[in-house]
Amino acid sequence: MNQLLYFFSFPNVQYALIVGVLIALCSSLLGVTLVLKRFSFIGDGLSHVAFGALAIAMVLKLTNDMLIVLPITVVTAILLLRTGQNAKIKGDASLAMLSVGALALGYLIINMFAKSANISGDVCSTLFGSTSILTLSSADVWICGIMSVLVIVLFLVFYRQIFAVTFDENFATATGVRANLYNLLIAVITALVIVVAMNLVGSLLISALVIFPALSAMRVFKNFKAVILCSAVISTVAAFLGIVLSMIGKGAPVGSAIVAVNIVVFLIFSLIGRIRGGK
Amino acid sequence: MAQLICKELALGYDGKTVAEHISFQVNKGDYLCIVGENGSGKSTLVKTLLHLKKPLSGTMEFGDGLTQKMIGYLPQQTVVQRDFPASVKEIVLSGCLNRGGFRPFYSKEEKELARETMEKMGITHLANRCYRELSGGQQQRVLLARALCATREVLLLDEPVAGLDPKVTKEMYELIARLNREDGITIIMVSHDIAAAIRYASHILHVSREPLFFGPTEDYLKTPTGKAFAEMGGEQE
Repeated sequence: MNQLLYFFSFPNVQYALIVGVLIALCSSLLGVTLVLKRFSFIGDGLSHVAFGALAIAMVLKLTNDMLIVLPITVVTAILLLRTGQNAKIKGDASLAMLSVGALALGYLIINMFAKSANISGDVCSTLFGSTSILTLSSADVWICGIMSVLVIVLFLVFYRQIFAVTFDENFATATGVRANLYNLLIAVITALVIVVAMNLVGSLLISALVIFPALSAMRVFKNFKAVILCSAVISTVAAFLGIVLSMIGKGAPVGSAIVAVNIVVFLIFSLIGRIRGGK
Repeated sequence: MAQLICKELALGYDGKTVAEHISFQVNKGDYLCIVGENGSGKSTLVKTLLHLKKPLSGTMEFGDGLTQKMIGYLPQQTVVQRDFPASVKEIVLSGCLNRGGFRPFYSKEEKELARETMEKMGITHLANRCYRELSGGQQQRVLLARALCATREVLLLDEPVAGLDPKVTKEMYELIARLNREDGITIIMVSHDIAAAIRYASHILHVSREPLFFGPTEDYLKTPTGKAFAEMGGEQE
């Protein structure tokens, strides 16, 4: 316990906790909508696209890679969520295609053009999240904080619309709710969260951050509001525990630790759901 | 003045025409049943009436003070809904969304409206239940309540009894007929159940690539198709 308090006294650790918990909160809010819209894999797909964009930024030697990564990811998210159910290539197939394609191309570009001495190290940390969460600057924390507040406020203000569009897009459109606009909003927020979350858990594990809390909450709760609240609580607690665990357990990567906690929570909630539901 | 006038509509997708030369009109208080075989363009017609799709050609006009927003819609069940964690109350309330206002929450009047509508549909006792755990008939009542929160003018029902057992089907038809009779709500129903259409509807539109018939129900019974069904229905009862 004393050791933990000692850890917490470092500003780096505090930053990591704040950023980690905020990102987890944002991704869990979105997660419920994305899972219900059958876009569980969008986190995976978009983060691979972001990885591809990152590779381009690396080659172009941009000091601020967000300038390239963010626009590309946002545009991809809009295209993906917009096509929806009427597309020629179904949502899951186009996602899978994009995800693998971007990953391969990104890796190709890095290997062919980048002059880095440690390519595999760079790639590994982009994919699985680095220990860089412990080396965040206060500027990073500010960016992340502002984004989180933005996401949470947007979510609260448009909560009713997000529910309507998720539950029944056609009905919403038919009765005069501008469903396309809200789909666009969801897409942009998703892209924002994913790009920022890449710093925390790496691009491979973002999906977990998006889907696990939502799925766990849906095991136990049966209405939308409760599911959202519960998944937000699960996600923040899991992120906190994961970061603490990775500090205690020597060398445990932060991203994997958070996902591990999420898996345990999911198992527990499945069990509770089964006992309560009797199914 | 008619609430809805369609002239020479041609429907289809990807440049392929599914149905054409569809002309009909709906007056306030009508009960129009759109019948036809699978693939005859019924669903496409519904999407067009809801402005989810543009017609290939032809015109569709609203009149009598009706606007697009005033068409309540009872959809066929979609895949998403079947495992959606939402309480009955949340779903019914979501029908109030088109009443506008930039509040992030529902107003007192809207909650009251939702409560009244649920009572009317006989689902008050289910208010806090999870939608996906209800029976098919109960789910349809919930969606009907949501549509009624959105409008009191026109209801567009897409195969409202699909998958329901005979007893619940009859209850559903009676409920819809009562809304039409007592509340003066215009009903536009898509169905492949011609027997029920003849029994409840005031007008019938029979589509099959080209419209086979549009007019009052009693005239439909004089057409060859209508006659055949009337005789079949007579034998059943």
